Amino acid sequence: MKRVLFILPVIAFAGLAAFLGFGLTQDPKELPSQLIDRPLPEFVLPGITDAPGGGPGLASASFKGEPRLLNVWASWCAACPQEHPVLERIAAEGFPVYGIAWKDKPEDSRAFLARYGDPYSGMGSDFPGRTAIDLGVTGAPETFVVDKKGRVRFKQIGPISPEVWEGQIRPLMQKLRAEA
Amino acid sequence: MKRTFLALALMLATPAAAVLPDEMLPDAAQEARARAISKDLRCVVCQNQSIDDSDAPLARDLRVLVREQIARGSSDAEVRDYIVARYGNFVLLKPPMEGDTLLLWLGPFAILLLGGAGLIFWQRRKPVATPDAAPLTEAERAELDRLAGPQD
Amino acid sequence: MLAEIGHFALILTLLVAIAQAALPMLGAIRGDAALMAFGRSAAALQALLIAISFGCLMTLFGQADFSVKLVANHSALSQPLPYRLAATWGNHEGSMLLWVLVLSIYGAGIARFGDNLRVTLQARILSVQAMISVAFLAFALFTSNPFERLFPVPLDGAELNPLLQDPGLVFHPPLLYLGYVGFSVTFSFAVAALLEGRADPAWARWMRPWVLAAWVPLTCGITLGSFWAYYELGWGGWWFWDPVENASFMPWLIGTALLHSAIVTEKRGSLAGWTILLAILAFSLSLIGTFLVRSGILTSVHAFAVDPERGVFILAMIIGATGTALALFAARAPMLRSGALFGSISRESGLTFNNLLLMALTAVVFLGTFYPVIMEAVSPTNKISVGPPYYNLVFVPLVAPLLILVTIGPMLSWKRDDLAVLGKKLLVPVAAIAALLAGLTLWLGAAQVVAALGLALGGWLVLGAVLVLVRRWWSAGGFSWRLVRTTPAATVGLVLAHAGLGFTTAGIATMTSFAAEKILVMRPGETAVAGPVSVTMLGAEEVDGANYRALRARFTVSQNGNERALVSERRIYTVSGSQTTEAGIGVSPLGNQYVAIGDVQQDARGQGLVVRIYWHPLVGWIWFGGLLMAMGGAASLADRRFRIGAPQVRSPLAPNLVPAE
Repeated sequence: MKRVLFILPVIAFAGLAAFLGFGLTQDPKELPSQLIDRPLPEFVLPGITDAPGGGPGLASASFKGEPRLLNVWASWCAACPQEHPVLERIAAEGFPVYGIAWKDKPEDSRAFLARYGDPYSGMGSDFPGRTAIDLGVTGAPETFVVDKKGRVRFKQIGPISPEVWEGQIRPLMQKLRAEA
Repeated sequence: MKRTFLALALMLATPAAAVLPDEMLPDAAQEARARAISKDLRCVVCQNQSIDDSDAPLARDLRVLVREQIARGSSDAEVRDYIVARYGNFVLLKPPMEGDTLLLWLGPFAILLLGGAGLIFWQRRKPVATPDAAPLTEAERAELDRLAGPQD
Repeated sequence: MLAEIGHFALILTLLVAIAQAALPMLGAIRGDAALMAFGRSAAALQALLIAISFGCLMTLFGQADFSVKLVANHSALSQPLPYRLAATWGNHEGSMLLWVLVLSIYGAGIARFGDNLRVTLQARILSVQAMISVAFLAFALFTSNPFERLFPVPLDGAELNPLLQDPGLVFHPPLLYLGYVGFSVTFSFAVAALLEGRADPAWARWMRPWVLAAWVPLTCGITLGSFWAYYELGWGGWWFWDPVENASFMPWLIGTALLHSAIVTEKRGSLAGWTILLAILAFSLSLIGTFLVRSGILTSVHAFAVDPERGVFILAMIIGATGTALALFAARAPMLRSGALFGSISRESGLTFNNLLLMALTAVVFLGTFYPVIMEAVSPTNKISVGPPYYNLVFVPLVAPLLILVTIGPMLSWKRDDLAVLGKKLLVPVAAIAALLAGLTLWLGAAQVVAALGLALGGWLVLGAVLVLVRRWWSAGGFSWRLVRTTPAATVGLVLAHAGLGFTTAGIATMTSFAAEKILVMRPGETAVAGPVSVTMLGAEEVDGANYRALRARFTVSQNGNERALVSERRIYTVSGSQTTEAGIGVSPLGNQYVAIGDVQQDARGQGLVVRIYWHPLVGWIWFGGLLMAMGGAASLADRRFRIGAPQVRSPLAPNLVPAE
């Protein structure tokens, strides 16, 4: 009995070491999405043109009938220029990409697109940041995969790399297209 | 001195804030509720701070959101649930009490109780009274001092 | 050239350490005196070589030699000299070199001051100490070389983070490291005892000064860190339960337990296994703290290196050191001779519960810090956070019984005490504190009962400390100056440390319940009130500092009819562009007035400056208490009885006098 007590510390330590080792492979700042398999939160956002009111924008209701990518970005976001070519490639391959400019002045957003290209089929401007909060956004860029029924199926935190596109998101988009 | 203490006793506030005057609610009681809730919500883009402590823009947005909800009449629990629905349990600085976190909340008390019980049990099993040895003579004490150094 | 000398010295040290790790241990097993003596020389040589290496690095920093990558990344031409020098340890690589320096100094200390240790024990201790050195030296040389060159050489460096350009940086890390690394000595003592199969009172007596040698600087380091955060961060917080803060608090809690457990082993031979386990845990927690800070496994405002690869190396070191030690403990500890028996009411049993409570408290901090990591593995989709609300709910209820015990402990006799006798001793203090509690509750109001309890606990602790002296004078037949002068240093230590704990408790209770705050926009000429403090803004202007530009606002602060001038600045550092706030703090024994400015903002009356005004009652007592605790530890360290071989002076006044501790 006494012997057991003395072995307890080394066993507890072995368990701890395993958890610490596993923890090293994880990113403590990455937040899993609360929206997976849930409907896209409602939003109606103005556009980014210089027309009064921003012009035609983006609404959550339109996310039905086809699987879409929803990309949250901003002109002040350091990694967005890196991601842009990948988005253009995605659009060129025939997958619709929609955008939400987060806490960005419309003129800055327009300047960014003029400089780096515009792969988006539609754009909304979320300057107050409320929609981003509803989406659980913690940084830019983040991208959501929304299915035909308007449900969120996947969230990419950080820029989409070609590997992530080919390995995870494109197969998912293809599967969603085939879904009822 | 007494007056000072009395005056102090009337103030409820606690010392930590990145809250700016333009965010604060006009109603003091509601503002106090907002501060209390903010202190328990984590700023998800920061290094381990509450939204009450952080300067980050997202923290500010959330502080304003919390105040709007309170002004609209939501209860403290409703405000918290609203934010947890969007960011998950990660945003609560007070971890939830559920199956997975039982060890966290009860572990230390368990250690104390089990350890304490174990000690008392172990005490009972050993004979408590042992006859004291005869006190050392002067010669023996001197020998002991020489061998082992000064004794207390 | 200096960088290469420093690098070379470091490599040589590693070789010496490898030799020191192997040969003395061999000598102890074989009884070879020459090999064991080699351990002592090697330790001295190690210390010398590391000192050279560290001296080189510090000189490079002082000279602002930007051809060295580390200097270029953490220093700038405009940086003041003290911060150029302190920047040596204001980064990962340099602080690892500081770690190794302190490790080798302690090792040399064992060699120099351990002449009365059993030769075999000393040799084993030096050997284990060297093994730890080898691990850290290898880590430094292979993954964190501070002497890496940079080409092309930049004209100016990227300056040190402005938050670190503060006197705090000069003292805080070195003090903490003296603490963390100091526990490596007690770890070596514990492992050596397990290897020898003996953990007798003599072993505990030899170890005790080393526990104190680590505990005192750690107490100072934590106190200083809290104080630094208070005046630097701009709003008066003094403890955040941040993972890195917790990483320093856990070794402190276990170190305190170790200190008290070692007393029992020294006096009665009991609790040897527990003392050894605590010694292993103290250093293990230091290592885990280092791991936490540098691996990026948890987010923290303090983390200064985020590199999972380095994390793997450190984790391997922890598994090696702690895993081996705990395995050795499982194998050998059951065979240690148990010491004298003691009754259920006795000093020993009190200290046993002390151990248990401190370990439970450490468990709180540990679970709170690491549970998010555990949850990541157990349920990855449900990430949680553990913050101050958890600690307030769990730590506080558990610390209360400990604080109550702290005063009762010294009243207990060794071996066997009587409940009735104890009850008599407790009568006066319990009555006094109950009266205090009643008085406070009436004065402060029923709503502040928690504050009243906290203050009463503080009073209980201070009273308990004073009573130790009173009982000593009572036994001697009365007070006299001779009696005061012959008080054993260890008794002075106990009194100061326990009283210090009382001051800290009172300070915390008061700050938690009675701090006042006001945040608003102000313009020159306006007045605002927070609690008893009234603040009038005089004006604001732009000023230039050594390496920053600032907006400085001047205030007149009045309280209870007394006025003083306070100044607060908002600084922008020219090289990095970072911003900091320097608060104006009016210090007094009963509390601090605290004024900090923010940015320009609009309110209903137009444009003005954001001003935060705070009243922090008794906040200084928190750190005063910490200082007293450290002084108590230092006093104990100075006790003549630890200088083995010093003749004991028996007090001619009262031959029956028994030391209170």
